[in-house]
Amino acid sequence: MLANLDLLFQAPILNVQLLLDGLLIGAVFALSAYGLALVWGVMNVKNLAQGDFVIMGGYIAYSLSELGVHPIVGLPVAAVGMFAFGWIIYKVIISRVVHKDLFTSLLATFGLSLLLQQLLNLVYGPDVRTADSGFAVRNLFGGFVTVADIKLVSFGLAALLAVGVVVFMKKSRMGQAIRATAQDPRAARVLGIDTERVYAFTYALNAAICGAAGVLVSMIWVIQPFYGIGFSIRSFVIVTAAGLGNLPGVIISGLGLGVLEQFAAFILGAELQIFTVVSALLLVLIWRQIEQARQRQVVR
Amino acid sequence: MRKSLRSLALAVLTGGALAMAGAAAQAKVEGDTIILGSAISFTGKYSTNGVHAQKGYDLAIERINAMGGVEVNGKSYKLAVQYYDDESTPARGAQLAERLINQDGVKYILGPYSSGLTKAIAPVTEKYKIPMVEAEGASRSLFTQGYRYLFAVLSTSEQYLASSIDLAAEIAQQNGKQPSDVRIAMAFENDPFSLDVRQGVVDDAARYGMQIVIDDKLPRDLSDMSATLTKVRALKPDLLVVSGHSKGAATAARQLAELKIDTPMVAMTHCEAAAIVSKFGASTEGILCPTQWAETLSYEDGYFGTAAEFDAAFKERYPEYQETGVPYQSAQAAAAVLVWKEAFERAQSFDTEALRDALATTDLNTFYGGIKFSEAGNNIAKPMVLRQVQDGKLNVVAPSKWASHPVSHPRMAP
Repeated sequence: MLANLDLLFQAPILNVQLLLDGLLIGAVFALSAYGLALVWGVMNVKNLAQGDFVIMGGYIAYSLSELGVHPIVGLPVAAVGMFAFGWIIYKVIISRVVHKDLFTSLLATFGLSLLLQQLLNLVYGPDVRTADSGFAVRNLFGGFVTVADIKLVSFGLAALLAVGVVVFMKKSRMGQAIRATAQDPRAARVLGIDTERVYAFTYALNAAICGAAGVLVSMIWVIQPFYGIGFSIRSFVIVTAAGLGNLPGVIISGLGLGVLEQFAAFILGAELQIFTVVSALLLVLIWRQIEQARQRQVVR
Repeated sequence: MRKSLRSLALAVLTGGALAMAGAAAQAKVEGDTIILGSAISFTGKYSTNGVHAQKGYDLAIERINAMGGVEVNGKSYKLAVQYYDDESTPARGAQLAERLINQDGVKYILGPYSSGLTKAIAPVTEKYKIPMVEAEGASRSLFTQGYRYLFAVLSTSEQYLASSIDLAAEIAQQNGKQPSDVRIAMAFENDPFSLDVRQGVVDDAARYGMQIVIDDKLPRDLSDMSATLTKVRALKPDLLVVSGHSKGAATAARQLAELKIDTPMVAMTHCEAAAIVSKFGASTEGILCPTQWAETLSYEDGYFGTAAEFDAAFKERYPEYQETGVPYQSAQAAAAVLVWKEAFERAQSFDTEALRDALATTDLNTFYGGIKFSEAGNNIAKPMVLRQVQDGKLNVVAPSKWASHPVSHPRMAP
């Protein structure tokens, strides 16, 4: 471990590579956590199938590439397809567990997650798959830092989507309706907002964003029916650290997570990656507890 | 009246159960067919390889039956297999093994796919003293438990990357350097099989006195090893070894090209399973891939002929493999059935103890390679063969006795 730290000091350029990789990877994590912040904040549904939606989006891109279409076309296709899928899932399953207790929504989405994993395994088989973007790799700083273009593209798209959703929430009618429902569902209903439609839209939007993230995942890494759990865990970590409904916070948390993971993998070794991430979450929660304890003391 | 009816029913049921138990205790030979049993992965994450193995079992059984079957005590018997789906779950595999042995009365077991499932089933077969010949569980830890009824035809895990270490030492000497000058970078997934492979590399490197400069574990869920490869770029080792099942191979092949890593020698397991040559093309040139068996090797036997003839027969029986090639999982499964057949004929008996002893003294040449079991039950007569990606094809380059092409070194930077 010390030897690895030493390397970072001896060759500072390695820090640049790790930082860059971390930010680019973190953007994809932030994207997959985005929808969860919405769904959790608006409907109090803890969607354990989050990662599986991501993998589904990835398989859409993979299927397209098998048909000879460039997988980047998969982005709008996956977004639209997963939106429809999310709407159906809401109507069939989620509408029955909205605003119920913690256990119910976890159980329902856990069951959904298992179902999706096994269905994907039946259709695509358990081998890892990947979609080839064919984008180049560029060298910076005299060959010491390499960046794959696909990672830059995904960062750009993630940024675009993030800004798009924030603008949507602020400016559009549906966005206002979603925020109103999140604040007080009963009042929103009294004022004429169709909360069922709002919930369906939110869940479908979450699925669409995850699908888009999945397309990027299939082009950067590999996908497999049972890999969803990794993204689910990270989404929960990001949303918990950022706080519910705090969309800009989700972005920063996601980027921070990516960077933290890269440095942890370099210094401590890849097997301690998740450990570092969850420990960081623990520290954030403890810090928040201390802060709020102080606030409560003042009120008292 | 009612009471006597109830006790009569109870007596009949008990008698029936005892009779069934008595029947199960005899060997599972129905008429002129010997029934072998196998719990194998038809569904779940191991299903691809599970089906490869099952097809290998079936082809061998068809061939043996077509050639006159098994001759025991002057009578000819056919072979058949009772299959169950273990759903790639060790607990289920153990359950099914119990069912095969206790309920179905099977006395002769063919192994499942993967070390994990074999590890779950071995204690069951050991408990009931039922011999198992397995072809898909390579973990060294299977053979350190003192099992007497477990026999494996494949080379064990610690041998997988061993020949790449030997090759690195050889090349160092050719370039006028000492083997102990070789610097090794390792990236292994944190699961029992990959860690066994790692132990083999560590032991071999220690033999030559080589230095291990990077010893990283690949994360099990996320498929990103860019941090490890950044280290590789910084430290410039002479040899990089990677083992993380097909996910590790696919990730390594992609990211080696992406990060433009120019390590002169790269060896990884599961290249064929991950199809790196067809997926990642020219950037995989020069990568070394160990394999249990290749159809170009000059092994031969009286059942299938040469390795190439087995390859052709398999492709004819299952045409879907003509494009993808015959995986070694199928070849070693077929070999396991050949071992059983020979054991029956040497023991000339259906008794499990006699068969166990016959299996222990197996010493035969097959299209898959030599098969001879050590005390612990693993095959010590067949080496792990190293192939290199050359012009988009995999050619055998080591050990030199079986090499068909010279090794190309250093690997061209992609």
